[in-house]
Amino acid sequence: MKVRLKIWRQENAKAKGAFVTYDFEEVSTEMSFLEMLDALNQKLIKKGDSPIAFDSDCREGICGSCGLYINGRPNGPEKGISTCQLSMRAFKDGDTIYVEPWRAKPFPVIKDLIVDRSAFDKILHACGFISVNTGSAPDGNSILVPKEYSDLAFDSSVCIGCGACVAACKNASAMLFVSAKVSHLALLPQGRPEARERVKNMVMEMDRLGFGNCTNTGACEAECPKEINLTNIARLNREYFTAKIL
Amino acid sequence: MAILDAKIPEGSLAEKWTHYKNSVKLVNPANKKKLDIIVVGTGAAGSSAASALGELGYNVKVFCYQDSPRRAHAIASQGGINATKNYQNDGDSVYRLFYDMIKGGDFRAREANVYRAAEVSSQVIDHYTALGVPFARDYGGSLTNRSFGGVQVSRTFYAKGQTGQQCMLASYSSLNRQISKGTVTMFSRREMLDLVLVDGKARGIITRNLITGELERHSAHAVVLASGGYGTIYYLSTLAIQSNGSAAWKAHLKGALFANPSFAQIHPTSIPQLNEYQSKLTLMSESLRNDGRIWVPKEKNDKRHPNDIPEEDRDYYLERRYPAYGNLVPRDVGSRAAKERCDAGYGVGPTGLAVYMDFRDAIKKQGDKTIEAKYGNLFQLYDTITGINPYKEPMQIYPSAHYTMGGLWVDYNLMTTIPGLYAIGEANFADHGANRLGAASLMQCSGDGYFILPFTISDYMADQIKTPRIPVNLKEFDEAEENVRKRLEKLISINGTQTSTFFHKKLGKIMWDYCGMVRNEEGLKKAAELVKELKHEFWTDLKVPGNLNELNQEIEKAGRVSDFFDLAGLLISDALNRKESCGAHFREESQTPDGEAQRNDDEYLYVAAWEFKGEERPHQLHKEKLKFEEVEVQVRSYK
Repeated sequence: MKVRLKIWRQENAKAKGAFVTYDFEEVSTEMSFLEMLDALNQKLIKKGDSPIAFDSDCREGICGSCGLYINGRPNGPEKGISTCQLSMRAFKDGDTIYVEPWRAKPFPVIKDLIVDRSAFDKILHACGFISVNTGSAPDGNSILVPKEYSDLAFDSSVCIGCGACVAACKNASAMLFVSAKVSHLALLPQGRPEARERVKNMVMEMDRLGFGNCTNTGACEAECPKEINLTNIARLNREYFTAKIL
Repeated sequence: MAILDAKIPEGSLAEKWTHYKNSVKLVNPANKKKLDIIVVGTGAAGSSAASALGELGYNVKVFCYQDSPRRAHAIASQGGINATKNYQNDGDSVYRLFYDMIKGGDFRAREANVYRAAEVSSQVIDHYTALGVPFARDYGGSLTNRSFGGVQVSRTFYAKGQTGQQCMLASYSSLNRQISKGTVTMFSRREMLDLVLVDGKARGIITRNLITGELERHSAHAVVLASGGYGTIYYLSTLAIQSNGSAAWKAHLKGALFANPSFAQIHPTSIPQLNEYQSKLTLMSESLRNDGRIWVPKEKNDKRHPNDIPEEDRDYYLERRYPAYGNLVPRDVGSRAAKERCDAGYGVGPTGLAVYMDFRDAIKKQGDKTIEAKYGNLFQLYDTITGINPYKEPMQIYPSAHYTMGGLWVDYNLMTTIPGLYAIGEANFADHGANRLGAASLMQCSGDGYFILPFTISDYMADQIKTPRIPVNLKEFDEAEENVRKRLEKLISINGTQTSTFFHKKLGKIMWDYCGMVRNEEGLKKAAELVKELKHEFWTDLKVPGNLNELNQEIEKAGRVSDFFDLAGLLISDALNRKESCGAHFREESQTPDGEAQRNDDEYLYVAAWEFKGEERPHQLHKEKLKFEEVEVQVRSYK
């Protein structure tokens, strides 16, 4: 099948970007979306054009490297997948497909479709961890965790740090990302001793880095490739207010 | 080159590590602050090492090519992590895990290292639990386990099918804690392109800043490579597409011996290749073999839908051939058995290169809900890629390149043959012999990083306290940087007609066809010729667009593929040299009448460690004789 691609090209962080149109005819429905871009790049290189830069690594939806804004939605039309898991089966012959990088002020464009997401790392430097030194942990089974809480913690812990939540949000809020980590650790007894400091520090860092506020639109939940839910944000708010009051 | 000295401590196997720790040289806290350590790679090994070294007070610099350390490929490990807790009261012990690994590796691993890996495995679980890994639990709140291939106990801890993600994120969190404390400095989007030696010692690295293209110099008192394996030499593999062998290879060119390069694991259960555009293969965790039964039709070319094929027309060939272990045979055995059936014409799916993994019986017995709780995300992953619902019909699977047991030769200290250069995790060769058991990689990587290297490196660092910080304006740094620059300029100036990906695919096909699951002398010799020809073509017809002083993903690929050509040559030489079958290395000339691997212990009971002698000159082979003091070297049988 053939598709018309309108892809955001931007030479570097300072350059002015623009959409460039590519008519690509050698598309198979068996390709993944990124394999389609791979194939287009091979063609561009051979023609002497510069290939389209985009991040990707594991190509199985777990490393969080990839992430493109496709036809106005993070990771394209399907639900609960990362961009690398999107198949060309989701498109029809003759479709026009718009491809953009994540658009959010705290994620500046580096080149073409690659953005700088180091702000996420910085938020986690602000106590997105449990302070335990190597060698000082007690026996694993000395910390009993009710299965219900352990399972809930797992559901929050599966965030891949891709940034789709921020890209989806009209406020470029990182609340879903932050709340997933806060929830994961707050739900476990191991994480309780630092819970108050953690939530305060992470929220402060999130604000400092320029992420917007949450206005409960829910776009983040709708677009999260790991389907992390809004309950986490409610839990973050509760943790935050408790930490502030007590 | 001196004879290889593995520096194995005296004493019985169970006492070695304790004795070692009691006698190893220490560095006092004030001195640690003055000592720099470079860690390359941020997977389960690199992140854990960097954070543990940071906690001790060393000044650590960490490098990864990804945009964030959290994305290293340990993240994709699925099934689990082994430990000898014996929480299941099923008779597990340090000795049993050790023995399972020695046997699983087909008696080609070093006893002392393997025993130590088993010894620290419990501490790894304790540490990860304390860091907040949500391992699977029973209703009473205690940790639960499952079983994995090649063993008869349940010692595998897991977090659904995302154990690697959870362990990776936990070690990343401990790394973040040290970054926030300032003991660790993180350099992401950097690729190591050379190792710098000063007076024969590893003293630094040259990196390329992948955003600006700038070459950078970093110095340290010691360098730790945690750069992973080289399975992407096959092009299609279960690894991340950017995983590569270049850091280890650069160290090899500077004098670090490379051990058992041909020991590459082909994992039995991945989603089969569907088309020629495919950029990678997705693993279906070995844990699925706890409940999934593997079969092919008894008749060739049986085109019926799998659900319509009755029980009596199915050949559960693993259960038939290996009644004691059944579907849970080790990976090398499972892979070869699948290839044997498909080559004989019993394969299924559009290409005939697939077998069924069927959950019908498990679902009938345990219900959808239980199966979903155990493998939900894997079933979903399978459905997303293939469009087939594994709750309703069997998965189709086929072997694919996965893990490399070979790697940089290290002694008991995890130091390579270059003083001050360490290799940990998949980047070294030490613990898995000729075949790795499932759930033993996260275990080894984390054990190396958190609980072994921090001790062993102190033995070396204690002698460095009088060495001031290494300046980066030494002539050794000038030379290394100049060599890196020249090589990059050479690659970009070929200006031919074909891309790196084109060459990588072709190289991968040669390696898969002649140096994959089954090898023979004729094929290997042919492969050596083909690789040589293709390498020549690469260096005369490669096209790399763009410039060096910018973000240029094509020059990154070109560099990695250029190293793979050289590593491929060595891999083939190693496979040719080892005229026996052991573990994943199956030489057709060396098999039992019923098609099992036939070792030759009289001639090949050694680690093959190869020394680089210069371009266009053959590598020199050094042999580390393997001594088995505690276990009896036996025929490895899973029947």
